[in-house]
Amino acid sequence: MADLLTVRDLTVSRGGMAVLEGVNFTLASGAALILRGPNGIGKTTLLRTIAGLQPPVAGTVSAPAGLAYAAHADGLKGALTVRENLTFWARLHGTAGIAPALTRMNLDALADRPAATLSAGQKRRLGLARLLVTGAALWVMDEPTVSLDADSVALFGQVVRDHLAGGGGALIATHIDPGLAAGTLDLSPFRARIRRLDGFDEAFG
Amino acid sequence: MIALLLRDLRLAVRAGGGFGLGLVFFLIVVTLVPFGVGPEGGVLARIAPGILWLGALLACLLSLDRIFALDQEDGSLDLLATAPIPMEAVVAIKALAHWLTTGLPLTIAAPVLAVLLHLPQGAYGWLVLSLLVGTPALSVLGTFGAALTVGLRRGGLLLSLLVLPLYVPTLIFGAELVRRGAEGRTVEVPLLMLAGITAATIALMPFASAAAIRMNLRQT
Amino acid sequence: MSLWDYANPVKFMRLSGRLLPVASILAGISLAVGLVWGFFFTPDAENFGSTVKVIYVHVPAAMMAINIWVMMLVASLIWLVRRHHVSALAAKAAAPIGAVMTLIALITGAIWGQPMWGTWWAWDPRLTSFLILFLFYLGYMALWPAIENTETAADLTSVLCLVGSVFAVLSRYAVNFWNQGLHQGATLSLDRQQHIANVYWVPLLVCIAGFVLLFVALVLLRTRTEIRLRRLRALEQRERLA
Repeated sequence: MADLLTVRDLTVSRGGMAVLEGVNFTLASGAALILRGPNGIGKTTLLRTIAGLQPPVAGTVSAPAGLAYAAHADGLKGALTVRENLTFWARLHGTAGIAPALTRMNLDALADRPAATLSAGQKRRLGLARLLVTGAALWVMDEPTVSLDADSVALFGQVVRDHLAGGGGALIATHIDPGLAAGTLDLSPFRARIRRLDGFDEAFG
Repeated sequence: MIALLLRDLRLAVRAGGGFGLGLVFFLIVVTLVPFGVGPEGGVLARIAPGILWLGALLACLLSLDRIFALDQEDGSLDLLATAPIPMEAVVAIKALAHWLTTGLPLTIAAPVLAVLLHLPQGAYGWLVLSLLVGTPALSVLGTFGAALTVGLRRGGLLLSLLVLPLYVPTLIFGAELVRRGAEGRTVEVPLLMLAGITAATIALMPFASAAAIRMNLRQT
Repeated sequence: MSLWDYANPVKFMRLSGRLLPVASILAGISLAVGLVWGFFFTPDAENFGSTVKVIYVHVPAAMMAINIWVMMLVASLIWLVRRHHVSALAAKAAAPIGAVMTLIALITGAIWGQPMWGTWWAWDPRLTSFLILFLFYLGYMALWPAIENTETAADLTSVLCLVGSVFAVLSRYAVNFWNQGLHQGATLSLDRQQHIANVYWVPLLVCIAGFVLLFVALVLLRTRTEIRLRRLRALEQRERLA
C-alpha cells in the first residue's frame, strides 16, 4: 500500500531546544504506529510538528493535506451540546452526517446534553468522535485513551481498526495499547544530544 | 467558515458575558461623564461626539481578550489550525463575530445614549453612520491585538496597551465626522478617511493576525 | 565576505567589540564639542532669546526618535525574512533608547514651548505625533518580556513593529487633519539651509552627529548584553538537562 506519512531526518524543538533529532519512519495506509518514550522526550512536540503546528528544525515531513489531530485538550465548548460540537467540526471539515460518529463512540444518549455536563471520559469520547467526522485519512493522536474506561478503550480500538481497514492510518502516542496490531516506535534513541557550547551560534540552536 | 461564525455567535449569546456587558459598560461610561464635567447641556453637547466614540471604543476593548483566549484554553485553536481552513479566514471570521456581538449593538444603542448627552439634532445620522463605518476597524485591529497576546496569562492589560495606539486614526476621523455633522459642516473628508481605514484594515490585518496566531502556536 | 556574515553572533561580537570603544569616544567628543559650542558660543536669536539653544538637544533627539523606530523596522524585517538572531536582538536593544529619545524630544519641546507659546503642552500635530510614537515604543517594549519563548517574542514584536509603523504614519496624517498646529515647519533640510543661520547650523550638525554616534554606541552595547544574556540562558538550560 502507498505511504501515507513519511518522516525523514526530522529534528524538532521545544522552547528553543532541540528535543528529538534524526527521526525516520514511514506509515503505510492501513497501518498504525504507536510512539513510546518517557515523559518529556518530545512526543507531543513531534506530533505537533507532524500536524503542521510548528515547523521542523531540520528534516522533512510529508503528510496528507487533510489530517486529523487530536491533542490533550478536546476543543469542546461547554455551552454547546454534544451534537452541536460535533456538527461544527463536521461542517468545518466539509463532511455531513454526524449520526454514525455518535453511534460508534456510544454518544447517542448524550447527544443533546451540553458538553459542560459530561464526565472527563465522556468528553474524551466526544473528542475522539471528532476524528470520525473530519473525513481525514491520517489520524494523529496524543494520548487518546487518557480518562477512558476499559470498555471505552475497547470501543476506541475498534474505531481505529475500522479506520485502518478503510485505508486510513493512525499515529498514536500512548502508554496503553488499545488492542491494535500496530508497530511501535521507541523515541528514546532519537533524544537530541546535548552539544558542547563552542561559540555563540550554539546559544541560538 | 459560516459554521465557525455561527458557533461563535451561538457561544456569545449562550454564554452571556461579552454580548451584554459591552453595552452596559457603554451606558455606564455615558452616565458617568456628566458627573465628571457637570450637567450643563451646552458643555455636554459639545463633547458628546467624543464621549460617545470613546465610550464605544472602550466597550469594544472589553471583550477583545475573549476572541482567542477561550479557544486557546480548551484546545480548539490547535484544532482550528489543523483544519482545512486558512488561518486568515479564521481570524477574519473571529473579527466579524466580534463586530456582530459588540460593534453592531453599540452602533444601535449609541443614538439612545446620545440623547443623554444632548447631542445636537443634526448629528444623529452621522453618529450612527460613523460608528457603522468605523467600528469594524476596531474589531479587526482588536483581533490583531488578541492574536499577539493569545499565549499570555495576563494578556488583558497588555492587549489594551498594544491596541489603543492603533485606534488613534479611527477615533480621530470617527469623532471628527460626528463633530462636523453636529456643526453642519461638510463631512466628506473624515467619512472617506474612516471608510478607507476600515477597508484597508479589513483587507490587510487578517494576514498579520494569522501570522501572529501561527507564531504563538509554535512556542509550546 | 558578505554583509550578512556579520549577522553571525560570533562575528558580530568580535566586530562590535572593536567598534564600541571607537563609537563611544567619538560620541563623547562630538557631543561635548557640539553642546558646548551650541550653548555658550552662539549668539542669542533676536526673536527667540536664549531659549533657542534647547534646539541642540531637541532637534537631534527628535530626529533620533523617528530614525530609531525606522532602524527597528528594518531590523524586524531582517529577522522575519532572514531569521538572523542578532537583528532581532538589535531591535530589542534599540527600543528603550528610542523611547528615551522621544521623551527627551517631548520634554525639551515643553521647555522650549513654555516661553514661546506660553504653555507647556499644546495639542499640536507634531507634539501629539511624538506622544503617539512614545506609546508605540511603550507597547513594543512591554510585549518583549511578556512572551517566554524568545523566538516567539522576536516574531511577535517584529509583526507589531511592522503594523505599528503603518499606524504611526497614519496617525501622523490623522493628527495633522485633526489640528493644524503652532509648531514651526521643519527647518532642517540640506537644501533649505536659509531657514537657519550658519552660526547655529554648524554646531547643530555636530550635535546630530553626536546623537547618532551615541545611539550606535548604546545599541552596540545593549545588543552585546542581549547576546550574552541569551548565551547564559542557553548554558543554564543545558546544565539543567545534563
